[in-house]
Amino acid sequence: MRGSSTWLARYAKLVAACTVLLIAAGGMVTSTGSGLSVPDWPTTYGWNMFTFPLKHWVGGIRYEHSHRLIASTVGFLTIVLAIWTWRVEPRAWVRKLAFAALGAVILQGLLGGITVLFFLPPAISIAHAGLAQIFFCLTITLALVTSRGWKSSETPVDDPLLRRVAATTTALVYIQILLGATMRHNDAGLAIPDFPLAFGHLLPPVWNARIAIHFAHRAGALLVSLGAIATAAHVLRHHRNRRELSRPALLLLFFLAVQVTLGAFVIWSGKNPLINTAHVVNGALVLATSLVLSLRSFRAGFEPATVAVTRPAPPLGQLQGARP
Amino acid sequence: MVRVTRLLACVALFAACAACGGSDGSKSAEPSSPKAAPDAKKVDTATAATITGKVMLDGTAPANPVIKMSSDPTCTSANSGEVHAESYVVDKGAVQNVFVYIKDGLGNKYLFDTPTDAVTLDQKGCHYIPHVLGIRVGQPLDIVNSDSTMHNVHGMPETNREFNFGQPVPGMKQAVAFTAPEVMIPFKCDVHAWMHAYIGVVNHPYFAVTGSGGTFELKSVPPGTYTVEAWHEKLGRQEQSVTLGDKDSKEITFTFKAPAVAQ
Repeated sequence: MRGSSTWLARYAKLVAACTVLLIAAGGMVTSTGSGLSVPDWPTTYGWNMFTFPLKHWVGGIRYEHSHRLIASTVGFLTIVLAIWTWRVEPRAWVRKLAFAALGAVILQGLLGGITVLFFLPPAISIAHAGLAQIFFCLTITLALVTSRGWKSSETPVDDPLLRRVAATTTALVYIQILLGATMRHNDAGLAIPDFPLAFGHLLPPVWNARIAIHFAHRAGALLVSLGAIATAAHVLRHHRNRRELSRPALLLLFFLAVQVTLGAFVIWSGKNPLINTAHVVNGALVLATSLVLSLRSFRAGFEPATVAVTRPAPPLGQLQGARP
Repeated sequence: MVRVTRLLACVALFAACAACGGSDGSKSAEPSSPKAAPDAKKVDTATAATITGKVMLDGTAPANPVIKMSSDPTCTSANSGEVHAESYVVDKGAVQNVFVYIKDGLGNKYLFDTPTDAVTLDQKGCHYIPHVLGIRVGQPLDIVNSDSTMHNVHGMPETNREFNFGQPVPGMKQAVAFTAPEVMIPFKCDVHAWMHAYIGVVNHPYFAVTGSGGTFELKSVPPGTYTVEAWHEKLGRQEQSVTLGDKDSKEITFTFKAPAVAQ
């Protein structure tokens, strides 16, 4: 059972890695404006999605069709993950989490189809982008809680302040990603065309809905930066010797620096599709890192996995002796 | 779990409905005639007038950006040399591809037959031909794929119904029609991001697209006072008021100012 559990953890990591690839493919679809290059769904120009001839993969079709195929693959991998988890995982909440991931990926596929059939309405496209991150977080969580490190007998850190600041940062990152998706699907990515200033000023001298969305994303970046720096500083000051916390804290700072840089280059490059997509993918990595840090800060509150799995039933006499 | 299953079932049903009804908006665009007053009459050609004119650019037109077609070898081989966008077609100050039409003044006093002959929008060499065109409400628009590559045709009106359909096979033709006046309706191919066309839909015959020389002509216009509008995809819109007497012939000129920076 232990060997199977180890392989499950590795498999969950594979699903999470494939989800990063899927997010990248989705980023390329929106960054190149190819979302409607395949007008039908679930078919592709009338073909079965899986038999669409390679010679027709031209222009925007390459991005949209690749995204659909990768999504189908991740969907299949998630079905396997859910069934596997159900069979070998003793913790009920982990089993439910695996099926929540399966539900999320099915819903995500439907949202992707609906947004194509209704010509990319911003609300559905934003929901598609937001649910993608929720699904990614579920795969990250499954990979984490099935890992050997999570189940180790080492006493977890129990720091209420760390829990608060890490969870707040994770929530801020997710809200920031939603703001980014709102900006992207309302064509507001260059509503403020300069950076770091806005039309040459600290605050935009003119306002409309798109400028407001864009500016909110910039302000959100500031809040996320403060949250991430506060979290990392707390970890490095109080739990420097706990590698399960210090490593994601340092990684969070790294991804944050990359993210701000990419955000600047998105503007300076006039929304170059590759830079735009890198910004989307790295944003997901910021979220994942912050989530891992948060979950580990809450580790003390979870049932001890190893005990739950291997604790033998106490002798009958001991139970009877415990009662008055 | 039961609740989750029900929710998923509802979403699946919704998606199935969407799949049945959402993919071919062109079917919704049934021909219709503009509403005319009960005492509306046909235009008396004996007294009708003519508006002629020209569209000019004050300044130098920005350079059209180069189109990179490398994402589709069929498009690359269909075009020789450097290919540019078609936004600014300006020769000696005269602007081509400007849609000029009577915007206001006709009211519902006149009856106009809806033409049954189709206007054609072709996809050839990975370009829309023509780039700008005018059509009547209810008049059929034949959209043709003359390329040996795949195109999707994505009409993005605001008043009429949006549509997006594929034309994967060379020689495919699909007819659409618009139910309401709308100037302009952008068309795009999402497969080939550089492909754009603009269609002006009006409920009368008084429209034209400027050709070489930037000239236009609106014939058989009944006497009266009208607002004439000129639309260009980058330069925007301009209006002029024109008063026509019996058998009058008026000449007007629209002059757009060239943008200071390339768009």
